[in-house]
Amino acid sequence: MNWGIIIIASLLYLGLLFILAYVADKKAQNHQSLINSPYVYALSLAVYCTAWTYYGSVGRASKSGIDFLLIYLGPTLSAPLWWFIIRKIIRISKIQNISNIADLIATRYGKSAILGAIVTIVSVLGIVPYISLQIKAIGESFSIMIATQEAPIVKPVYIDYAFYTTIVLAIFTLYFGTRQLDLNKKNEGMVFAIAFESLFKLWAFLVVGGYITFFVFDGFEDIFSKAFAQKELQHLFTINTQSGYKALEWFLIGLASMLAIMFLPRQFQMLVAENKQEKHLQKAIWLFPLYLLVINIFVMPIALAGKLSFPDSNIDADTYILALPLANNQNLIALITYLGGFAAATSMVIVASLALSLMLTNNLFIPISLYFSVTKHLKGRQWGRWVLYTRRLSVVLILTLAYGYLTVIADAPLVSIGLISFVAVSQFAPAIIGGLYWKDATQKGAMAGILIGFVMWAFTLVLPTLINKGIFPESIISEGLWGMGWLKPYQLFGLKELEPVAHSLFWSLLFNIAAYTFVSIQSNQTSQERSQAEFFVDVFKYSNIYEEAVVWRGIAHKKDLEELLSGFLGAEKVKNLLADFEKEQNIASQSNQENNAKLVKYAERILASTIGSTSARILVASVVQEDEISKEELLQMLRESQELKKLNFELKKTDKQKNEFIGTVTHELRTPITSIRSFSEILYDNPDLDENQRQQFLQTVINETQRMERLINQVLDLEKFDSGKQVLNLEKIDIQTVIKEAIEIYQTVIQEKNLHLDIHITQQNIFILADKDRILQIILNFLSNAVKFSKKNIIIDSRIEQDNVKVVVADDGKGVPEELKDAIFEKFFQAENQTIKKPKGSGLGLAICKKIIQYHKGQIGVETSNGLTRFYFTLPIIH
Amino acid sequence: MKVLIVDDEPNILMSLDFLMRKEGYDVLVARNGKEALESLENNEPDMVLLDIMMPDVDGYEICQYIRKQENLQNCKVIFLSAKTKETDIQRGYEVGADFYLTKPFSNKNLIGKVKELLSNGQ
Repeated sequence: MNWGIIIIASLLYLGLLFILAYVADKKAQNHQSLINSPYVYALSLAVYCTAWTYYGSVGRASKSGIDFLLIYLGPTLSAPLWWFIIRKIIRISKIQNISNIADLIATRYGKSAILGAIVTIVSVLGIVPYISLQIKAIGESFSIMIATQEAPIVKPVYIDYAFYTTIVLAIFTLYFGTRQLDLNKKNEGMVFAIAFESLFKLWAFLVVGGYITFFVFDGFEDIFSKAFAQKELQHLFTINTQSGYKALEWFLIGLASMLAIMFLPRQFQMLVAENKQEKHLQKAIWLFPLYLLVINIFVMPIALAGKLSFPDSNIDADTYILALPLANNQNLIALITYLGGFAAATSMVIVASLALSLMLTNNLFIPISLYFSVTKHLKGRQWGRWVLYTRRLSVVLILTLAYGYLTVIADAPLVSIGLISFVAVSQFAPAIIGGLYWKDATQKGAMAGILIGFVMWAFTLVLPTLINKGIFPESIISEGLWGMGWLKPYQLFGLKELEPVAHSLFWSLLFNIAAYTFVSIQSNQTSQERSQAEFFVDVFKYSNIYEEAVVWRGIAHKKDLEELLSGFLGAEKVKNLLADFEKEQNIASQSNQENNAKLVKYAERILASTIGSTSARILVASVVQEDEISKEELLQMLRESQELKKLNFELKKTDKQKNEFIGTVTHELRTPITSIRSFSEILYDNPDLDENQRQQFLQTVINETQRMERLINQVLDLEKFDSGKQVLNLEKIDIQTVIKEAIEIYQTVIQEKNLHLDIHITQQNIFILADKDRILQIILNFLSNAVKFSKKNIIIDSRIEQDNVKVVVADDGKGVPEELKDAIFEKFFQAENQTIKKPKGSGLGLAICKKIIQYHKGQIGVETSNGLTRFYFTLPIIH
Repeated sequence: MKVLIVDDEPNILMSLDFLMRKEGYDVLVARNGKEALESLENNEPDMVLLDIMMPDVDGYEICQYIRKQENLQNCKVIFLSAKTKETDIQRGYEVGADFYLTKPFSNKNLIGKVKELLSNGQ
């Protein structure tokens, strides 16, 4: 194909990326987030699928069958675990302003700068070759696209092409990834562009897969049956089980990819740092595996199609998906495929270089510059600018390293470099997962584990590639280091049955975990470590008290902290921030121990959002004087802040209930006051009223006054019960006599309203221990309700049920809706349930009844049967 | 001039009834929402004094009903309610009230408002 077309297409594609990112960033500035969706989140995670998987899956499938699936199986199997591990990490990271994996590990182990630096270095060494691989893929695919019969592959051209592409990617990353200082703010534009890239590469792969399967061949069946007919391809359909170690190999590589999906710097960037909402994880847990499934559907068919179409040519299987459409003169499909691979490579390069640059800045360059006081002279906003420039420089540095690595060892086999990176980041897994669940894990343990794992990784996987380049003698592989047979990189300690990657993961993780565990048990934690361990392991318990938890002791001066912060944010802003904070936290101007601690924590958090928590710790520690806190004290402090938080919550709740209650009481008082006022005014304005009317109005005023009095008494009554001040005059009484007394009081009212009263009470005496007046009050309350609602019949009923007496007052009124049966015994239930439709009654009577019965250790309620509404209470009988 | 008074508190109903009669209006009374709707079907009052919190049909609903009737286009509505929250008052005007008076109210104010609204309508 004409190289001009390809370059124009690539440029158009990159231009589109810039536009998308630009639009998303602009929207974000207007508070409209395009990435605040679980779908965008899940798509952005597919940055996992790089050019290596885009081209390499087919290559691997054509050599060893479905082996290629392993690096997708791992992430799929690990996805359900995200809900436990990643959600925990997201929560921790949000609260502690953690923005990368080095920061995460360092923060867990007492904000150790050295640990952060180690993780950063391991990551850079492990990932830079992986970035090179992507750049190489871009160059190679380009050269395949422009290859002709005369000049099959032109190396200088593709190296140049890769070079220019790298520059464009660097610009993109600088522009959309390192613009803002605040690490809490999401890189909306970048994430949106990456999500688009994921969608694009999926589409491209499906296009070329569909084309090869359904147009070059006649569907899946056609390809598979043709391939199966060829003897030398049959092995691709089976899993090689000749070696007994195959299962272990599968397990180990699956494990490596399981860990990689969570702990590769670029995955961490997308999973944790760019996560908008925790709940997006829920959808991503199934969406992301689905993506992997779909993008792999055509891998096997393409691999077999390649084998069938180019039986004895020397075409690299990795390039089948380009070679097949090109061989069929389908230039457009080839171009789409090429752009899909381009998308896979660019997305990885962008995110990985951004993630690594943040690690380099926050966990290596800033701590070093602080240590050597390089930045001492920086003042005011210079600090912030310095951090931004360091970040940008780091991006350039990473990409330069990657490009340099490419030109130096472009010829070396790069097939398994992706997996080599996987093994490298797997070394972080024990320290991270252990740190999330094991409080006693120590900084020294984590350091020992990561270092020994790193050495084993370097020896078993990196050293052999250097030997290939001729830097070290061949004899190390065949005879072992210094001629010692048990130190062969590929057959360490005589283990020769595993292929190199599985072999390396096995030994490195084994030693890593062993060192981590053993050293952790043997060493002690500092108070800083202990506090972080508590927080990490119990984050869901502590997350809401973190801001209030004050686990710090020492001497700090506000002036020093203010000066420090001003360096990053400018004096004006810091003054405002601190003023707000003090107002919010109710910190009076005098400084005491607790306020000091709050301020220190706050300053650290502000700083962490720009330079990461480790560097923030170093900086803050440099201006304050700290005391050590013992483990017991620490736990005590955490517990106290937790209790305080709970107490606060309870208080707020009670407060709210009280406010509602007062609101309702005043509302209830308004009605009688309205009548009283209105009639008083009438009486005042109309001295010539006739005597009857005058009497009637005055009577109304008196009645309404009594109504108010009743309401006030009820409120006071209820208050006494609520506060436990109510005293009951308990005596042995016969419930029957109380019922009779109540009936006598209501006799006339019932007759006046023409209601029919049925009385079912036994003749025998039923004795209870109770306050007689209170029990009478309940029965009267029931009766008054019954009289109010009844159409014709009222029934009073008392019977013995086991050791209790049950008294029922039933009426044939419209009844109580099932869902309100509990609510009507709450005070002013109408006010809580509805604000408009109001039932009759003050709304306090039944609430008081309930309190009385509760004080008598009985039960109260309402039930419906045979069209009757039956209000009842039960009380224990005494014999 | 016909005034419909809707309130589930008999005593308030009584005082409003007295006040309106004294001003020389014809008075209709309704002791709940349902009665109010029935009364509105058979009569065309010039003014409705409307309580909000009532069992069955509430005052907002009645006001909305009034605003939908062709023949009640000139009918004025004054809410008389113990609901004093800004949002409740806001809602009263949203459903089409001409005025919202909170309880307890002054008779003079009420009568003044009734007169003012009825004279504007002519």
